[in-house]
Amino acid sequence: MAGSTLEIKDLHVEIEGEEILKGVNLTINGGEFHAVMGPNGTGKSTLASAIMGHPKYEITKGEVKLDGEDVLEMEVDERAQAGLFLAMQYPSEISGVTNSDFLRSSINARREEGDEIPLMKFIKEMDATMDDLEIDKNMAQRYLNEGFSGGEKKRNEILQLMMLKPAIAVLDEIDSGLDIDALKVVANGINKMRSDEFGCLIITHYQRLLDYITPDHVHVMMQGRVVKSGGPELAQRLEAEGYDWIKDELGIDDETVGQKA
Amino acid sequence: MAKKAPEVGDYKYGFHDRDVSIFRTERGLTENVVREISRQKDEPEWMLEFRLKAFEQFHSMPMPQWGGDLNELDFDEITYYVKPSEQSERSWDEVPEEIKQTFDRLGIPEAEQKYLAGVSAQYESEVVYHNMEKELEEMGVVFKDTDTALRENEDLFREYFGKVIPPSDNKFSALNSAVWSGGSFIYVPKNTKVETPLQAYFRINSENMGQFERTLIIVDEGASVHYVEGCTAPVYTTNSLHSAVVEIFVKKDAYCRYTTIQNWANNVYNLVTKRASADANATMEWVDGNLGSKLTMKYPAVLLKGEGARGMTLSIALAGKGQHQDAGAKMHHLAPNTSSTIVSKSISKQGGKVTYRGIVHFGKKADGARSNIECDTLILDNESISDTIPYNEVLNENISLEHEAKVSKVSEEQLFYLMSRGISEEEATEMIVMGFIEPFTKELPMEYAVEMNRLIKFEMEGSIG
Repeated sequence: MAGSTLEIKDLHVEIEGEEILKGVNLTINGGEFHAVMGPNGTGKSTLASAIMGHPKYEITKGEVKLDGEDVLEMEVDERAQAGLFLAMQYPSEISGVTNSDFLRSSINARREEGDEIPLMKFIKEMDATMDDLEIDKNMAQRYLNEGFSGGEKKRNEILQLMMLKPAIAVLDEIDSGLDIDALKVVANGINKMRSDEFGCLIITHYQRLLDYITPDHVHVMMQGRVVKSGGPELAQRLEAEGYDWIKDELGIDDETVGQKA
Repeated sequence: MAKKAPEVGDYKYGFHDRDVSIFRTERGLTENVVREISRQKDEPEWMLEFRLKAFEQFHSMPMPQWGGDLNELDFDEITYYVKPSEQSERSWDEVPEEIKQTFDRLGIPEAEQKYLAGVSAQYESEVVYHNMEKELEEMGVVFKDTDTALRENEDLFREYFGKVIPPSDNKFSALNSAVWSGGSFIYVPKNTKVETPLQAYFRINSENMGQFERTLIIVDEGASVHYVEGCTAPVYTTNSLHSAVVEIFVKKDAYCRYTTIQNWANNVYNLVTKRASADANATMEWVDGNLGSKLTMKYPAVLLKGEGARGMTLSIALAGKGQHQDAGAKMHHLAPNTSSTIVSKSISKQGGKVTYRGIVHFGKKADGARSNIECDTLILDNESISDTIPYNEVLNENISLEHEAKVSKVSEEQLFYLMSRGISEEEATEMIVMGFIEPFTKELPMEYAVEMNRLIKFEMEGSIG
């Protein structure tokens, strides 16, 4: 089987009674890298959190399906077990739980009881992946994200991505707060994941991440919808010209949500 | 429990002398009861007098009006002394199913379950114990139950007994002083380092888990010892009052750590007075885990009497439905350059209530003294309650005091994060709670830490949703 398919259809999402997403349509297949771009406040992160099932976000309309299965009916952990992954913009800090214990629990959560990952195999794999991401080895024994710098947190998200090997990953502004060297390292890690078995939705409002990861499809979000889609050339044009030409083309004054087109 | 439990065949019930020594005092507390306890134990006259005086003080003192609710505590309903052989008459069938299930879940061997549930009065771990006993004897360490120590080491005993916690200290120390029975007595000679933690658990004495036990520890100059009492298994008792007194003397340059993990049945009032005195450059550490009980009131104290003395209290308290843990610490800085640390971790769930209550006192002589207080509370749901009540008394300007209090809930964001990696809500909550108490569990001897984790997991089951 050549990877999974995540289908988002006419997705409407509210937070505390305010509609943020107003009908998003996107399909991500295994083997494809999609970039969702757009200025701040256009609903990109809401899309990411809603796909993963953050309890604050209420889905009022539309559907999300993974290989035909209704994702919206699943609990957050079930979504992860079905093959979804979200690299978060602001990962939580959990005191007293080591990074490596957490990672091992996460891997084992997807495996049957009695079929847990052997400890040595886990350690080897984690060591190798940490090397790939140029992460200091002692991070394995530090408490989960506690006292991590912004850059360390982002690398840690990608470490989890690479260890958990999801079918479809959503990366929410994984580039924010990274200097150029760290950005390259993170991009390398993501590029290593490329295969027919892996689909990825990269959310960013900087074009610079896309200098290192070439997306197959680029989407622009404004006012809680995907307003334009294209190939990698769209990202290049955005880099060169910014977003204004799209706003002009579509007659949008204010691109943030809460504004009527 | 993960300790070196003996084979089932190795232990026997403690019925051998029942025909001669069955004895149980009448319910309620009278002077006669106190006299009878002393007579049964064949104590010296001075101890009887000590008890009688304490008994009077107990009667004249009012019930504490602070802390937890003691209104339902009825002193007339309590049996104050039961001779060991009598205690063993409870049959296994009388032990509630709930307690048995907990034992099973904790993986405690059956022989040990019976001991813990009070079905067998003796839990013989003779081999292990005797090896250790021999070693200790060679070092000159005295480690025995308090009643035996009174008989065999009377002079030493008398020099220290009741000196750091006089009967008149509070109503419950007066009560304990009047009716005490069992407990541990430890003396560590000068410059002697006891490497292995001493565990009450290994002692062959049915009374060591008693209601009114009395523990007295003397760590002589330059010596060190770690004493561990209790275990994570629920202590099943039909008696509803546990009121112990623990007195510790840490001499110059000596070190003492006292670790307690107790998990009382939820009908028990657990009202314990623990106090240590620390001489110059001595270190006293209380590591105190409070689970179960209906109400716990316990504030381990250190009197920092000598220059440079150090005190620490590291405690956790977990309160569930219908439970109130009113716990904390007291540090009295009475000499220059003394230092203290208080770390209190509380968890409340399902309507439980946790209170941190503490005193840090800096006396006039406490130049250069320092204290650090950290109180963290984790509240698991909206019905549960937490309170932090710190008192600071500062009579010297040249001191430093830091206090940090934090109350947190298991946050939606943390749960979402863990669950987004495939971890179930229950496991995620458990991870957060275990992480919260990790600073405590990492201080425990390994086997206790393992048990503690198992127990917390067990306590957390059914807390979600």
